[in-house]
Amino acid sequence: MNVPGDLLYTKDHEWIKVENGLAIVGITEFAQGELGDVVFVQLPSIGQSAKQGEAFGTIEAVKAVADLYAPISGEIVEVNTVLNDAPETINREPYGAGWIVKIKPSNLDAEAKPLLNPAAYTDHTSA
Amino acid sequence: MKRAPVSLQSETKLIFELSRQGRIGMDLPPTPDHLPDPDLPADLIRNSPLRLPEVSENVAVRHYVNLSTRNHHIDKDFYPLGSCTMKYNPKINDELAAHVGFAALSPLQSVATTQGALQMIHDLSQALLEVTGMDDITLQPAAGAQGEFTALLMFRAYHIKKEGTPRKRIIIPDSAHGTNPASIVIAGYDVTQLPSDTSGLMDIEALRANLSNDVAGLMITNPNTLGLFESHIKEIIDLVHSVGGLVYMDGANLNALMGIARPGDMGFDACHMNLHKTFSTPHGGGGPGSGPVAVKKHLAPFLPIPVIKSENGKYDIEWDRADSIGSVHSYFGNFGMLVRALAYIRSMGGDGLKAISENAIINANYLRKKLSPTYKLHCDRPCMHEVVLSGNNQKAKGVRTTDIAKRLLDYGIHPPTVYFPLIVPECLMIEPTESESRETLDEFVEVMLKIDQEAGENPEILKTAPHNTPIRRLDEAGAARNLNIRYFKDK
Repeated sequence: MNVPGDLLYTKDHEWIKVENGLAIVGITEFAQGELGDVVFVQLPSIGQSAKQGEAFGTIEAVKAVADLYAPISGEIVEVNTVLNDAPETINREPYGAGWIVKIKPSNLDAEAKPLLNPAAYTDHTSA
Repeated sequence: MKRAPVSLQSETKLIFELSRQGRIGMDLPPTPDHLPDPDLPADLIRNSPLRLPEVSENVAVRHYVNLSTRNHHIDKDFYPLGSCTMKYNPKINDELAAHVGFAALSPLQSVATTQGALQMIHDLSQALLEVTGMDDITLQPAAGAQGEFTALLMFRAYHIKKEGTPRKRIIIPDSAHGTNPASIVIAGYDVTQLPSDTSGLMDIEALRANLSNDVAGLMITNPNTLGLFESHIKEIIDLVHSVGGLVYMDGANLNALMGIARPGDMGFDACHMNLHKTFSTPHGGGGPGSGPVAVKKHLAPFLPIPVIKSENGKYDIEWDRADSIGSVHSYFGNFGMLVRALAYIRSMGGDGLKAISENAIINANYLRKKLSPTYKLHCDRPCMHEVVLSGNNQKAKGVRTTDIAKRLLDYGIHPPTVYFPLIVPECLMIEPTESESRETLDEFVEVMLKIDQEAGENPEILKTAPHNTPIRRLDEAGAARNLNIRYFKDK
């Protein structure tokens, strides 16, 4: 299973990558595989605030609808509008073009602590 | 050449494509010269002819008979769709519903001329109250989800009447049917979802921690969607009542309880029942559905209107009820379904209904025992009327539950409910119902074991299934992404 080494993960199967002071958020390859074909992503509005562990959007697959949980708190500064017309991008490139939102973190140092490193996330998915 | 050798996988034309201008199957009376003025805005009045297909009667009959052979239905084969109770629908139900004394009535006739129909509704109401142990009932809702919504509107009305406000939240377990949170949101409440405990039942400590006086109520299915009886149901209901909340039983699984246990006796304030599940009216394309809601006395003033009154053997319709939430369907709901349900109840009698529930439970446990060595049991204990398995053993062989479901179609069996409840990975939810013989259950077991064997030896045959159906595997994701269900003549 593909678990890139430069990302941090949540138990709910989101990943984040901190780049230029912004946290890019998506769901993991494991998550897209469990969900199956993604048919719709409900994205938040830009400017909306996200709170660690709380839902900021929903993802709908053929089998089920799931909440998307914010890995960290902050302000939503960008959403991936490609997903509006091509939600399957999440299935194809969960760690790349299938990113979901960018968050400007409000308390990154403290909130990053409970996030899982790649080894811990790999253990979590094989448990 | 227009014809090719017949194949089940040939395309079926739409009836519109069979249409030929001027061809008719039935003589209709001539249109009157003067039609009444339809009191509608001008832009809503049709000014071109209706585009109906023009076919002869035999073309119409053949079209639909052919379609019916390409579809899976309970008259054709086994249909173990969990939480749906796809039991056989006795033909006498249809015969009675088609009786001219029922079929040719109008709800606008005077009550003096519809006493028999009103008595039928009254008698069915009494029978359903006896089965559920409740005090009063509405037959209006057209399905279970509408029943949920109706009951939640009554919960709102109850709290507004009693406390001046409707309260805020409704609690559900994470095994709830998807209709529960949907009904809650549409009725204007917030959803509080609680995790089930390790034995698959409602987590009482989590419930206790989430109760406060802003809780309007709890919705719970019993037996729950894992096919397990909520053994602490009295304690659960008492807890919710202790903060002034009301408790609703989703009656989707009532087929496990008839003559054995009653929601009213457990302490529920309201419940629905699905006539199209438990009471053998058509289900799954053959509907319409019917989801009566039964309530305890304290909710009765809020029932939808109209209601039927009976006095000295005479029946009347009452519309004037100050606290009613209003109507949720015209008149008394889907009337033809009510006739069928009463026919079923009267055919079976009280002992028969009890035997139905007992046999539904026995059949599910028979499948549990036969299948659980091969398919992983989610909760290893006796179940009620349905058994929930996980396809995880087969996932390890490289196939998913979807593939197992599609492969079942090749063997002429409708797949179980899959991927629900959401808390079970690779879920297979199997409800055989009481209608099926031991021979049918054994054949199903044999097919399921064969499919497991195929998963090991030739997983491709599962992944590319179905092979023998009129249409091969559908692009479900494509259908959801690009929903297109309209027919345009000119496209």
